[in-house]
Amino acid sequence: MPILQNNPQLNKNGELQHLLTIEGLKKSHIDHILDTASSFVGISDREVKKVPLMRGKSVFNLFFENSTRTRTTFEIASKRLSADVINLNIQASSTTKGESLLDTIDNLAAMHADMFVVRHAQSGAPYMIAQHLNRTRSDVHVVNAGDGRHAHPTQGLLDMYTIRHYKKDFTNLRVAIVGDILHSRVARSDIHALTTLGVPEVRAIGPHTLLPGGLDQMGVRTFTNIDEGLKDVDVIIMLRLQNERMSGALLPSAQEYFKSYGLTPERLALAKPDAIVMHPGPMNRGVEIDSAVADGAQAVILPQVTFGIAVRMAVMSILAGTHA
Amino acid sequence: MKLHIKNGRVIDPANGVDAVQDLFIENGRIAAVGAAPDGFSADRSIDASGLVVAPGLVDLSARLREPGYEYKATLESELQAAMQGGVTTLVCPPDTDPVLDEPGLVEMLKHRARIVDQANVHPLGALTVGLKGKALTEMAELTEAGCIGFAQAEEPILDTTVLLRAMQYAKTFGFTVWLRPQDAHIGRGGVAHSGPLASRLGLSGVPVMSETIALHTIFELMRATGARVHLCRISSAAGLELVRAAKKEGLDVSSDVGVHHLHMTDADIGFFDSNARLTPPLRSQRDRDAIRAAVLDGTVDAICSDHTPVDDDEKLLPFGEASPGATGLELLLSLSLKWAQDQPDADRALALAIGRITCDAARIAGLPAGTLGVGAAADVVLFDPNARWKVEGKTLASQGKHTPFLGYELAGQVKATVVRGRVAYQR
Repeated sequence: MPILQNNPQLNKNGELQHLLTIEGLKKSHIDHILDTASSFVGISDREVKKVPLMRGKSVFNLFFENSTRTRTTFEIASKRLSADVINLNIQASSTTKGESLLDTIDNLAAMHADMFVVRHAQSGAPYMIAQHLNRTRSDVHVVNAGDGRHAHPTQGLLDMYTIRHYKKDFTNLRVAIVGDILHSRVARSDIHALTTLGVPEVRAIGPHTLLPGGLDQMGVRTFTNIDEGLKDVDVIIMLRLQNERMSGALLPSAQEYFKSYGLTPERLALAKPDAIVMHPGPMNRGVEIDSAVADGAQAVILPQVTFGIAVRMAVMSILAGTHA
Repeated sequence: MKLHIKNGRVIDPANGVDAVQDLFIENGRIAAVGAAPDGFSADRSIDASGLVVAPGLVDLSARLREPGYEYKATLESELQAAMQGGVTTLVCPPDTDPVLDEPGLVEMLKHRARIVDQANVHPLGALTVGLKGKALTEMAELTEAGCIGFAQAEEPILDTTVLLRAMQYAKTFGFTVWLRPQDAHIGRGGVAHSGPLASRLGLSGVPVMSETIALHTIFELMRATGARVHLCRISSAAGLELVRAAKKEGLDVSSDVGVHHLHMTDADIGFFDSNARLTPPLRSQRDRDAIRAAVLDGTVDAICSDHTPVDDDEKLLPFGEASPGATGLELLLSLSLKWAQDQPDADRALALAIGRITCDAARIAGLPAGTLGVGAAADVVLFDPNARWKVEGKTLASQGKHTPFLGYELAGQVKATVVRGRVAYQR
């Protein structure tokens, strides 16, 4: 007996009020973000790398979980939009003093924040924040910068930007995602984005211990044999294997993982000749990817990082222009 | 005090009664049903026209949070909620702080409940000291103090030898062991049903096999010991299938389900609604449908509220960090009636549903409650099966304001609750 809940990331006109997940977004939402990002890509090459779209706006980076890379790219994106950026290392401050998450949000909202960029170890934490703000301060926007295993929508969008840049059309692609799908928010966001954009075949490759149930309901074909899974694919998205997963009940060792699932030049040759290799970073060379591939001609891992700034600028500027 | 309840539709499944009749109460007991006893002159009469008159509800799991968690709820608030929900007898699990593993604590709780003087409170004692799964509690002493059975609440026993010994010991004295089947390892730390939804939302899962593995173990130990076991909060179709087979085999086993699981599925988690964070987790639609069918066919003996008051600070958290549980005492009746209304033969199902929350539950608990038979304690609920009410924090008497049914309109409103012949609640 479900009661109808409003999708908290959309306003009553169906526009993006927050970016919490790619699931449920329309293709037009994604296209709009990617098109906007295109217009921002050139800015980073200018001598003055700034546009005044968010001048006078305050963006609070709330990272409840450690991250250097993602936080930095959001900070750069905010600054290129001329916003003021405030970085908060939450672990070190209020929550350890016993202040609740929502108290922290209320206090920062009272400091006239315009946007929160939130990373949290718990799946769904940015939803709780967005739903709270929808009730209390509907002018404040939330960008999910990664929540637990659930979603990392800006990573998913920058991956789509990268694929579009190199492949132009989504509707004739085979895309393989390789590695720890179980714990990966990047994989979930990529899967939703790829299926929304019309990719006919999304594959997930990994051992049974790292493949969650229910992938078929998400429109994904699973493979446990990487050689079969990579055959004739256009795009390979490698996932990072976290250190703590490398030895234990999920996997016996990093060496064995590399042997069974590491992307080597020989395996890459099974994909289409013009296949691209992506990785959300940071990479474990010799664990999930061979250096020869990571540094090879087909890798587009550094362009992903560059595009990531433009995509985050696009997301933030679009949200800042949306009103509840 | 002589009480006359007239013109109500008396539904008393224990005695096979479903008819418009009068009820006569004297000295805290049912004096007569139908015609007045000779010389009966009522001190008070209640007109129950249009209402159902049923035995007061018997709830097999209601956490009152005393001792130890008074900030979440107190006996006063929760027993008031029981009255408002028509629950006159309740069984409370031992996971308080300190754990109910010593006779003194049980006596204190019974004493506090007597002072509050609302619903009848029957504690379950801890099966092992501190619920730690290592040493047995003084079950005989605890029984003398008022425990009606022994449970591990939400703490599975790691060492199966201890569970075997506990069941052997309980069998020695004829005590019932109440167990919620869950594997000690698989699904530990999980927050949602393992399935497509948990995968999508990135929530750690509790697989159905956590329940079925535990059931296999329990049944094997029952075969070895002959102990009587009550299985709490079965949550899955596969689990119910095992219970059905065990009953057919002739094992001395009974089972209950939580009332939320009759209606909701993991899809009700929606956008990470922590009010739908329950233990065991809400499962798939297939599981929900199997639970509904099992209540009808008797595989499930009783429906309980699984009342678990949680305060805001522990609920207004990201889904995985939020405390599990929902308030339930005031929803048990309406949600059980809702199940009945959904059945093809709603009238027959109504009596059956009332049985599952009165006499069937009382039989499991070994209590002389849940009946309107002459001479029984006069615990009675009067409710309007058609009156609708909205589930809102402010209308709930319980200190626990969190339930996945917030905002729902439910049919079935309690108009009066009588405990031991006294009108304890009337609206």
